[in-house]
Amino acid sequence: MKVLLSWLRDFAPDIDGDPEDLSETLSNLGLAVEDLVHIGQSLEGIVVAEVLATRPHPDADRIQLVDVDAGDGEALQVCCGAFNMAVGDRVPLAVVGTTMPNGMEIARRKMRGQWSNGMLCSGAEIGMGDDHEGILILEQGLSLGVPLSEALGIHPDVLFDLEVNPNRPDAMSVMGVARDLAARLGVPFSVAAPKVGETGQSATDRASVSISALDLCGRFGVRVLDNVPSGPSPRWMANRLLAVGQRPINAVVDLSNYVMFELGQPNHTYDLDLVPGGELGVRMARSGEQMTTLDGVERTLTEADGVIVNRDDEAVGLAGVMGGASTEISVETRSVLLEAAWWDPMTIARTARRLGLRSEASARFERGADPDIIPMALDRFAELAAAIGSTTAPGMVDAAGNRPESITVRVRPPRVNSILGTDLSADEMASLLEPIGFACNSDSDGQDFDVTIPSWRLDSATEIDVIEEVGRLHGYSRIARTVPVTEQAGVLTSRQQDRRRIQALLTGMGITEAMPLPFLAPGDLARAGLGDDGITVTNPLVAEESIMRTSLRPGLLKAVAYNAARRTTGVSLFEIGRVNPGGGGDLPDEQEHLAVILAGQEATAATTLWRRLARHLAVANPGVVNAMVDGLHPGRSGQVLADGQPVGALGEIDPQVLDAYEIGERVAWLEVDLGALLDADRGLAPYRAPSRYPSSDVDLAFAVPDEVSADEIAATIAQAGGELLASVALFDVFRSDQLGEGRRSLAYTLRFEAADRTLNDAEVAAARQSCIEAVTTTHNATLRG
Amino acid sequence: MAEPELLVVEARRQAAAATTLEELGAVRTAVSGKRSPLVAARKALGGLEPEARREAGQALNAAKSAIDDILSAREAELAAAARAEKLAAERLDLTEVTDRPADGHLHVITQTWQDLEDVFVGMGYRVAEGPEIESEWYNFGALNFPLGHPARDMYDTLYVGYGEPGSTLLRTHTSPVQARVMENQEPPIYVVAPGRCFRQDTADATHMPVFHQIEGLVVDRNTSLGDLAGTIEAFTAAYFGPGFTSRLRPSYFPFTEPSAEFDIQRPDGTWLELGGCGMVHPNVFEACGIDPEQWQGFAFGFGIDRLALIRFGIDDLRELWTNDIRFLEQF
Repeated sequence: MKVLLSWLRDFAPDIDGDPEDLSETLSNLGLAVEDLVHIGQSLEGIVVAEVLATRPHPDADRIQLVDVDAGDGEALQVCCGAFNMAVGDRVPLAVVGTTMPNGMEIARRKMRGQWSNGMLCSGAEIGMGDDHEGILILEQGLSLGVPLSEALGIHPDVLFDLEVNPNRPDAMSVMGVARDLAARLGVPFSVAAPKVGETGQSATDRASVSISALDLCGRFGVRVLDNVPSGPSPRWMANRLLAVGQRPINAVVDLSNYVMFELGQPNHTYDLDLVPGGELGVRMARSGEQMTTLDGVERTLTEADGVIVNRDDEAVGLAGVMGGASTEISVETRSVLLEAAWWDPMTIARTARRLGLRSEASARFERGADPDIIPMALDRFAELAAAIGSTTAPGMVDAAGNRPESITVRVRPPRVNSILGTDLSADEMASLLEPIGFACNSDSDGQDFDVTIPSWRLDSATEIDVIEEVGRLHGYSRIARTVPVTEQAGVLTSRQQDRRRIQALLTGMGITEAMPLPFLAPGDLARAGLGDDGITVTNPLVAEESIMRTSLRPGLLKAVAYNAARRTTGVSLFEIGRVNPGGGGDLPDEQEHLAVILAGQEATAATTLWRRLARHLAVANPGVVNAMVDGLHPGRSGQVLADGQPVGALGEIDPQVLDAYEIGERVAWLEVDLGALLDADRGLAPYRAPSRYPSSDVDLAFAVPDEVSADEIAATIAQAGGELLASVALFDVFRSDQLGEGRRSLAYTLRFEAADRTLNDAEVAAARQSCIEAVTTTHNATLRG
Repeated sequence: MAEPELLVVEARRQAAAATTLEELGAVRTAVSGKRSPLVAARKALGGLEPEARREAGQALNAAKSAIDDILSAREAELAAAARAEKLAAERLDLTEVTDRPADGHLHVITQTWQDLEDVFVGMGYRVAEGPEIESEWYNFGALNFPLGHPARDMYDTLYVGYGEPGSTLLRTHTSPVQARVMENQEPPIYVVAPGRCFRQDTADATHMPVFHQIEGLVVDRNTSLGDLAGTIEAFTAAYFGPGFTSRLRPSYFPFTEPSAEFDIQRPDGTWLELGGCGMVHPNVFEACGIDPEQWQGFAFGFGIDRLALIRFGIDDLRELWTNDIRFLEQF
């Protein structure tokens, strides 16, 4: 929403001060100023000139030579990069010595050998419109040599570009912004009643309105205007419209826009001769009903859209969004049926959204327009039209549907102060609210007061809405700042602490945290050797972001491939992130996974990593079981167990998957369900004081079938070794012809010790023997001599 | 028989001539060993008269003592030289290192996220979490966005194919965690909720379809807008450092009223628009089973990603997601 300072002053003449300060005041009212532009001041040195002749530049294609007359009858040569002007056109000329708004100094200078005595200006260069391409062609009849600002009636002004929130229907008008600003500045604000001279046959005889969709249309006001001019609007009006970004079209369109910007009431003009009998109706559209809107597009409607129809029940307007083509104003138009209506915000919002037709009108109706402003809007249009020759038929047609009811809210001053943290009296609150139209009346007991919400604030309906207004007008910056104190100790949950422990462990091991996108493309999961595609995003912008991941594997594989393609191999990365592996109730099951990818490393690197992780988290009975896992190397993969329950997988990425990702090195992999892992039985074994007596080491080597894992042998030894066995550690593995196919040698060091004595040879020998027997009898293994 | 003084002179000459500890060992044998002239001279003492034997014995003892001193002094010299030579031979250029064990790095988002958590934990807050795939109810309904309300359009929501169409979505903000916490915890409540959020957005330097936010929620007996402003200010000083201040500007969010944007002012006077905040709307309290007449609260939220960019001087959001090791290892 763009507003001019001069326009604001039409309602509150005393608004004054440094524009930067006003800008801050507006921001502090919740009307954030996105841009502040000084208009007109920059036009000094720019005069009206006439094009006398144009000719090509002898040495340049992109510029031409233009002779202009700047009022002294002399031909002045200017080099110009635009070609849109014709001989006889009036154009703006920045004379030598002018400083342009962008700071450029205009000097007499040669361009490719030809003198240029000034510069012809585009609209954008002098703050009039957005056109950068061509030179601004001025209207004929302007006196040559006259300063442009004088010729066009442009005065120095300030433009504020405001960001208006959805809860501020009132701020979608110059009047509303002026009301807010005047209230905050404590200066008078008034709206002059438009003066309308009426003549001829009464409007009610020439037009009628019937509303059948009462919830859609709260009010439908009509005035009839005759002798409507077909030419341009007055220059002052065109200048204001141009400044706020609305291109002037013709008098009728400009008037309509001007009234909308000024008062916030969108309005529409019908060519009365094209509305049989002047009869209009309002109803909901029929499913599949078609109509052509003003932009020439044929629209197919639904039962949720509102339409304005003629006597023959044909749609002539799309309620609150856009008028119809069939009754459009033209140069032939003499009489106008002027409509200003109130439409249900939700209906307009839905229609505008469905059709992708967000107009200035729909933006206002969506927020909730002011049903009470309708007569004034019609009158204001008539008043402005009269100034350019229109006449107005007496009276207005004022049809009523279900108007939003006037709301009165009970406000408790202690509640206001409690929410805001202020110490305002009821009178102070009222003095903040009254200037913005919130009428305050003390109730009988004098404690609370009743606030009548103004018709232009349909967003406000409850006490908290009023409290917000008190705070806004009082000023957030004037509220004393306090910090609430809690008795609660701030701590991370054990899960959050564990996450940090894991991050510290992994980064300490030289593994870097990656952050792949959580979205996948169709087929990404299959490419990573995983099952069916996951949950789909139903409205993705691109297919690459249409699948939610079921595993962290595709993302980390992509990260490894990305780095490998940039000549960095051997990267080690980890990620902790959410996945949706399938299943669920009201919501899909969401798991938090931890995955580690070790490029250039073999599967057992993942086992080592898992053991360190498990030890670090004190996981009870962590384990690895050799097993096939989708997408992992069939002979180098396994399940990860925590306290006997599977919580993840590890191994090496299947070479076929690596090929698909164009990764040329072995890649070790670990992925665990972090929730399951951290929720598993955890905790350190009971403390045992280190023995003060010497320990004895025994090495044992077994020939073990391939089907039996080294961990299983170790577990058997641990069990058989009993209390005396302090540790068992695999230290050598080898295969040989002598051992034969399908067997390998596994060598372990067993350390025996007792807490209370030095073990004698016989005790160690007995323990050793029971370990050997346990292994050989349980696992089809043989002791190697 | 050699004069004892001559023996000393000879021992001094030989010890000086020895250049290694081994050579010195040979010298020791030669000048004070069993077959040395010194020992021979002492053996010869037995043949002298007592008076002469005493004198000669004293002279020999003095010579013996002098020779021992010479030998041990020379030994110390040679040992020191040998040590010095050995150390010199072991000289190492400490920059001649070929192995480069990788150092792991936490992602800039995680670092920023944890720093923010730590500030609020220090202020007595707990850290809450919620699902990334969220129901329409928690993302919108419970937060006072009625169905069909235009305010829902402020969020370019991504929906997922789960349950009834439109019922399940990728959360557009961390605010649903507010509702979940209020449903599950009796006030007073002091929590922050960092998390991942999603919007239908095309990736460019300043937008990503995935981003991170941190949300704060306080519900207590008399929590006020002044408390909110004070909390934002306290956070600003704690996170950004001395000289940074904050301000609140009125704004609009369906789930808070009054609502505000908050900006941070840098010591050089420039402003950073950081996030949104406000007093928890009574409708939100009611949707979550909390009596708004008994409890009051505030909420605030802001983006983590942009803070990370500012802090580390990164100029393009997309860099956060490339996983280029040359990016990750810089932080």
